[in-house]
This record gives sequence, C-alpha cells and structure tokens, in this order.
Amino acid sequence: MKILVCISNVPDTTSKINFTDGDTKFDTNGVQFVINPNDEFGLTRAMWFKEKQGATVHIATVGEATVEPTMRKALAIGADEGIRINAVPTDGFFVAQQLAEVVKNGGYDLVIAGRESIDYNGGMVPGIMATLLDMNFVNTCISLEVDGDTATAMREIDGGKEKISTSLPLVIGGQKGLVEETDLRIPNMRGIMMARQKKLNVVEPIDATKATTDLKFDKPAPKGTVKLASSVDELVTMLKDEAKVI
Amino acid sequence: MAVLVYTESENGKFKKNAFEVASYASEVAKQLSTTVTAVAVNAGDNESLGTYGISKVLNVSDDKLKPFNAKAFANLIAEAAQKEEAQVIIVSSSADTKFLAPILAAKLSAGYVPNVVAAPESTDPFTVKRTAFSNKGFAHTQITTENKVIGVSNNAFGVVENPTSAAVESFAPSLEDADFTVKSVEVDKVVGKATIADADIVVSAGRGLKGPENWTMIEELADVLGAATACSKPVSDLGWRPHGEHVGQTGKPVASNLYIAIGISGAIQHLAGVSSSKTKVVINTDPEAPFFKAADYGIVGDAFEVVPQLIEKLKEIKAQNA
Ligand SMILES: Cc1cc2nc3c(=O)[nH]c(=O)nc-3n(C[C@H](O)[C@H](O)[C@H](O)COP(=O)(O)OP(=O)(O)OC[C@H]3O[C@@H](n4cnc5c(N)ncnc54)[C@H](O)[C@@H]3O)c2cc1C
Repeated sequence: MKILVCISNVPDTTSKINFTDGDTKFDTNGVQFVINPNDEFGLTRAMWFKEKQGATVHIATVGEATVEPTMRKALAIGADEGIRINAVPTDGFFVAQQLAEVVKNGGYDLVIAGRESIDYNGGMVPGIMATLLDMNFVNTCISLEVDGDTATAMREIDGGKEKISTSLPLVIGGQKGLVEETDLRIPNMRGIMMARQKKLNVVEPIDATKATTDLKFDKPAPKGTVKLASSVDELVTMLKDEAKVI
Repeated sequence: MAVLVYTESENGKFKKNAFEVASYASEVAKQLSTTVTAVAVNAGDNESLGTYGISKVLNVSDDKLKPFNAKAFANLIAEAAQKEEAQVIIVSSSADTKFLAPILAAKLSAGYVPNVVAAPESTDPFTVKRTAFSNKGFAHTQITTENKVIGVSNNAFGVVENPTSAAVESFAPSLEDADFTVKSVEVDKVVGKATIADADIVVSAGRGLKGPENWTMIEELADVLGAATACSKPVSDLGWRPHGEHVGQTGKPVASNLYIAIGISGAIQHLAGVSSSKTKVVINTDPEAPFFKAADYGIVGDAFEVVPQLIEKLKEIKAQNA
C-alpha cells in the first residue's frame, strides 16, 4: 500500500495570535510551528500500517522552505520520503489542487489528511482533493482499517459515530481517535539522524486557481471581567435574571 | 438566480440549524434582491420553511438517501443549484454538512468559506466574516469565484422569522451508483439527548471531577437543563468519557448560548474551542484558574458541593415553572 500523509505546518496550539501589515497577515513573530495535530494522528496511523501491514509512507506539504523543519519532524517520526510543493498555501482550494496533483503523479492508494488545520480551520482540503481525484472520501475519521482493497472506517457524527465501508483508493480527513493520544510518537535521536538522509523532494506548483482571499483579520473584543457569585443561589439569580440563559 | 440553501433534517424533521441557515439565506437574498430556494431531503412539513423566508422548496424523497451519504447529497445540491441557477449556496456547520460541503465546492468550482459568523459584509465583491485560528481571530474573506458555498456557524446568526409562503416542488436528482461507493454500515448515536453541535446549553467537566464515576451529577445537571454533556481533552484521553465529548481546539467546537465549565482549568487549547459560546460559567476550586479570565460568571467552589446544590435549585425553578 502506498500512503500519502498531508502535513500542514501550523502555529503551536499555545500560540498567541497577532496580525501585522495593517491586520492583513498573520504575525509569525515568536511563533513555533508544528505538525497540525489532526495530521499527527494520521501520520501515526500511517506508521501503524507501515509496521503492521507493510506500506510506503510519503508526506506532502504545500509551503515555502520555512516548512521544512516540520516536514523533517514528520520524517523523523518515520515517513519514508517528503514532497514539498513550493508555493505559499493561499487558500484551501489552491492547496487541494496542488496535493491532488501529487496524488495523481504518485499513484497513492490511501491519502490521509487532517479534518482541518488549526490555523485557518478551512476543513476543505481533503474533500476537495478527493473530489478532484474522484477518490472515495470519509471525513472526521476516527478509526481506519484496510484489508486488501476494502476499507472500514468510523467517522464522528453529531452525537455519535458511524461505521463506513468503502474501498481504496481513499482520502480521509482524520482526527484524534485514528490513534490514541498516548500512541503519538516523539522523534528519537535515531529518527532525527535518519530523517536528515531522507529524500525531501521539492516540486513546483501547478497552475491553480484560488477561490478566496483573506482581506483582513481581527481579534475578538476583549472580555469584561468575570462576575463571581458567592453562593449557588446568587449564581442562579445571575444566570436567570441577568444573563437570561436559564 | 435564487440563493440556494440546504436545510438539513433528521428522521423527517428539520434540524434547528435548518431554520438558522434559512434565515441566513433570506438575509443574503435580500442583499442580492432575489429569492431563496431550499433543498430538503426526506423532510416532512416543508411548508414550515416559509416562516423563515423560503419561497420555494425542492423536496427530495428517496429511500436511497437514508442514511446520509455525503457524495450523493453534494451531487444533488449541485444539481439543484444548476437547476435554480443559484450561485450562492448556504449550508450549516453540522458534521454531515462539513462532510458534503467541500465535495459540493469542488463540483461547482466554488469558493467555500466555513465558520461564517455574520451576514455578508458585501455581496459585490462577496465578503464574509468567519472565525479563524481556532476562534482566536476572525478573517474577512472575499470569495472570488462565481459560485460560492457559505457555511454558517451554529448559533451565530440566529433564527429570524420572515414569513412567506413556500411552494413545494418535488425534485428527483439523477443519482448514480458511483455516488454510493462510500456506504454507511451502522450508526451509533445517542437518541433523545442534545448533541454538542445543536445544544443551546453545554455542561462540560474536566479533570477536576477526579474520576468517571463522578459524572452522574454532571449528567443530572445536563438533564435538568436539557443540555449536552462535554469534557476537556485529558478526560477523554483517560477514557473517562467518550472521545466525541472532547471539546476544544483539537476536539469539537462549542457555540452554545450557555457553557458551564466544571473543574476545567481553562487551558488555551480548551478556551479556543469554546470561546464562541455566548455566556460562559465556571465552577472551580482555584480562584487563579485561567478560565475565570475568559468567563462571564463564576463561582469559586468545590464541584462536589456546588453541582448538587445547583441541580436542586434548578429543579425547584423547573417545578415552579411547570
Ligand atoms: C496539542 C494540544 C492540543 C490540545 N487540545 C485540547 C482541546 O482541544 N481541549 C482541551 O480541553 N484541552 C486540550 N489540550 C490540553 C490542555 O492543554 C489542558 O491540558 C486541558 O484542557 C486541561 O484539562 P482540565 O482543565 O480538565 O484538567 P486540569 O488542567 O487538570 O485542571 C483541572 C481543574 O479542575 C479544578 N478542580 C480540581 N478539583 C476540583 C473540584 N473538586 N471542584 C472544582 N474544580 C476542581 C482545578 O482547580 C483545575 O483548574 C491540548 C493540549 C495540547 C498540547
């Protein structure tokens, strides 16, 4: 099985979010970048397939050279090869088209992407990619088994989960559940050393359209101070008469 | 050139978000000086959509579409859009809709903007406000394609009555076997309980609860309030609660009217996912817990004392109002 894991390079979950250039750009100053958490679950699941069932695992990222440390981390975790599409990831539609091209050229059986990236939260790359490629697609995937050409997945739905049966080639939008949190891997020294030797291919982007432009950003209005109740009775009164939420 | 809205239903009844997206679509139609057509699949009582400004309903009735199938639904909505010559399509942000929306966008070569929190700022060029950076910011996003798919955040726009009369027309989309290669085998869903996505009130608890056995009181509180239950990430990692209840940046987003956080410290990743909730209430023993900085109301106290009292008090109120 040939697996492609799509890795998004995102600000660490603890990052303070600020904007620059008249609030038109995300301020990367002092921000640590990491593998998108949803992708990390997918990458670990791909490693599981590699070790238990035999698979080749490639990773792909749309980004300029600055994303390479994050890609090296994914290689250190155990992916075999990386592909960097040398372009600024302008919007989800653009990214999906670039990744679809990589999938088409690489002949992958399974493409694992994250349900959404935690920066722009578009949640559209896996679905658009699957549709452009006419591959089967399962979103919010929380478990995945592959037997020959048959895939059995579980997806999260509002208020529960749904078992899905489909076939390869398949694209999934994955998240926590694909593997347990405790199974996530931290690269060890040997992995880091080996990652340095692994191939990180740089390909130029295809001509693709972008569909949206973020004109401006802003932050939520600062919060007022919390009103503390000194008793449960007082709290209930506040919620009932003041906030009118119960 | 109508605006098209996909109104989601479950077991033949429209979901609450169907009325919210219908309201949103009416606002967009007003801005564009046109009308709204809804697509409804296996829903009863289609006329009720007229209350929210829908003038035409394309009613699809097909057993093959029970259960939900993302590709088939996306294809039928795309077909409806073509039939109505609709270039703006409004959808919700339920799990099913977030599954079908990218497929629909790709089919129509449409720009898709999810998590939209307000009526368009402009329709020419088409610009909407959406959340980004896991609710730590907003983006004002322009859609540059002819076709547009807008995903409206739950509880962001609200339900607005705007009575018209909805003409119901049956619609038989041309579905093919290839639309059904992803098959639903089994749905495991709690019935009759509010879900985090739809609930007006969410009662959430964290590691401060000390063990899964202590969730009885959380469920009881949720029950009195007609609320959904949720939890912080470590709680689901520890297996105290199902993964589906984990809320936050890496879990589910919560956009309820009231969010009650019990024994949750308020780490940045947790707050990111719940900050769209309108009123946040914190119950925590530690007055320094970061959640107090993000909350509207709070009580510094032990959950094991506060929650049972709260349940009693709410029961009293409920009895008085009964
Ligand atoms: C990559 C990444 C992603 C993450 N994503 C998420 C996410 O999506 N959602 C999320 O929730 N977390 C997430 N986290 C984890 C987050 O950083 C915190 O660890 C987590 O939210 C803490 O959960 P908690 O508040 O339940 O537990 P704790 O931090 O242990 O806090 C427990 C709280 O309970 C209080 N308490 C104790 N006893 C009582 C009592 N008897 N009565 C009342 N209060 C009491 C304590 O004062 C404390 O404030 C993420 C972390 C990382 C690294």
